[in-house]
Amino acid sequence: MIVPEGVNVSGSLSLQVTGSVIGDVVSDALPKLGTMATSLAVFFAILLIIFFAASRARGRAQTPLAVAVFLGPAAILLLIGLVYPAIRTFYLSLFNGTTLSNSTGNRFVGLENFQWAFTNPDMQQVLINTLLWIIITPLLSTFLGLLLALLIDRMRRESLPKSLIFMPMAISFVGASIIWNLVYAYRAPSQPQIGLLSQVVMALGIDDPPNWILWQPWNNFLLMIIMVWVQTGFAMVVLSAAIKAIPGDIIEAASIDGASGFRLFRAITIPMIRGTLIVVFTTIMIAVLKIFDIVRTMTGGNFGTSVLANEMYSRTFVQDQVGRGSALAVILFCGVIPMIIYNVAQLRKERTIR
Amino acid sequence: MTSIAAPEMVPVPPPSKGHDSGGQSAGVRSAFSGPMASILVIILTILWTIPTFGLLVTSLRPAEDAASSGWWTVFTNPSFTLSNYGEVLTGGGFGVSGGLAPYFINSFVISIPATLFALTMATMAAYALAWVPFKGATTLFFFVFALQVVPLQMSLIPLLQMFSNFNVRGFFPVWIAHTMFAMPLAIFLIHNFINQLPKDLFEAARVDGASHFLIFRKIVLPLSMPAIASFAIFEFLWVWNDLLVALTFAGGTPETAPLTARLAQLSGSLGNRLELLTAGAFISIIVPLIVFFSLQRYFVRGLLAGSVKG
Repeated sequence: MIVPEGVNVSGSLSLQVTGSVIGDVVSDALPKLGTMATSLAVFFAILLIIFFAASRARGRAQTPLAVAVFLGPAAILLLIGLVYPAIRTFYLSLFNGTTLSNSTGNRFVGLENFQWAFTNPDMQQVLINTLLWIIITPLLSTFLGLLLALLIDRMRRESLPKSLIFMPMAISFVGASIIWNLVYAYRAPSQPQIGLLSQVVMALGIDDPPNWILWQPWNNFLLMIIMVWVQTGFAMVVLSAAIKAIPGDIIEAASIDGASGFRLFRAITIPMIRGTLIVVFTTIMIAVLKIFDIVRTMTGGNFGTSVLANEMYSRTFVQDQVGRGSALAVILFCGVIPMIIYNVAQLRKERTIR
Repeated sequence: MTSIAAPEMVPVPPPSKGHDSGGQSAGVRSAFSGPMASILVIILTILWTIPTFGLLVTSLRPAEDAASSGWWTVFTNPSFTLSNYGEVLTGGGFGVSGGLAPYFINSFVISIPATLFALTMATMAAYALAWVPFKGATTLFFFVFALQVVPLQMSLIPLLQMFSNFNVRGFFPVWIAHTMFAMPLAIFLIHNFINQLPKDLFEAARVDGASHFLIFRKIVLPLSMPAIASFAIFEFLWVWNDLLVALTFAGGTPETAPLTARLAQLSGSLGNRLELLTAGAFISIIVPLIVFFSLQRYFVRGLLAGSVKG
């Protein structure tokens, strides 16, 4: 470690790594790693035995057997894990269920849960927040991604800025939230600041910055910035690839005709990557619609920042309102469907053009 | 994680031929180049990196410093320590009883099997759908594809009820749940790849009397490794970074909960122990960052591949 003069490196290696601590960690880790190794070994052993047994089959039974063995596990997982639960969630959303264990004896309430979701003032706030999220976040991310793709495309050393801007994509939303918690940290203006945003704002001459996370309704936008920070890299990488793929002769032809600068950009570049732009936009939109972790970690959905996915979780697992939680999951499902259909249709169009 | 579609989901066309970095005509280039553009890129890159940098710096500062001054003051008054990492990993007290070490182990114990189970079963299913001729294969494939529209929120409640009814415990609920949720996208992406392998290969093998199982092991697995690897990276990171499935199926105890679940809890209670919270957060993001910087090419491919998941 290189330590510049005057740097005080205190207790750098006094990690209190006593034997007992290491022992605790190891005695905790070993059984878990053992469970993992055993489970993996059993899983692959069973597979090998089935493969071996099934490969001995001859004649007509061969194909049906192969289908059963290859497709069976995935089919069972899909049926139990997605098909049945989706139907069951629809069903539960029509009852006034309370807790997960007490699903018997619930009263059938028809569409009451949905009526509640659309008329309750708190829920209307949640829906408005969700709507703001799914419009503003994809717009900002796609715009910044496009701008960066265009700018970086022209640079000599494009890989370093690209890597750094793409990096947040590897970080969990929980990690991103803690990172931004630090940026938004609030201290009374008289004290030394620890949050970067407050410090910057005070340096700009605003002496009394708000407590950012409690600052309704603007705190919603501060949370959205975290998502923009994560998603811009995705937009940039995809759009950059699309721009690079525009055939050079089209650009040449246009410039011979006298188009240049922004006009060329507007008349050629944008139409050529229009499909990709839409796909990037809708992909981010779908991710945003299901956003949960950021809100959960930053505010827990308090201070007027709750969104659909977070509210669904709180209602179901914290407030014991399984019926209402299920209704929110159904609303989420209904919101995702048109976006995915549009997204897929766009992709197909894109492919047939190319 | 995150958002995220394989080369097939998001149209990322290959760069056109004879078109190097300076290939586009002077027109568009002049509008977006020059020193102004470079300066703008540098500013944006710095803006994008500063928050993470602040996290790293804070995690290396002594407790008193982190509580009383901003991380940027280290430039004028440098003082660093590694003890936060030791404390947050193994130390007691401050609501970190036992430290984060068990959760760190849990994250691996959850992510590795969840990824391997999902990939194995998805590759098998993809092979059957692509190369074992049976009635309804196409319909079934579209059905699996369509299942991607089911957000995993739809599955949480019934699945949790099922696990408690059948007394599924330990790491099994979270492994099974992740495997289930990975299936539609994994089958779709790997199918797209396997489907494009040359037909002659399979015909020749069949003529020689090879069983489907032999073909799967000797031809499909080795040839589809690039696709499998890309998806493996994506899925590993997805599981590692996931919070919702972890909270629902692994709870918050040191027996099974991963780092993300614990950190989400701590971000409230450790609000005034920033140096510990940031050290914990850095421990959780270091694994994805290592994967990111060492396997960037595969990582990008996998990430683009997965961008519609969940």
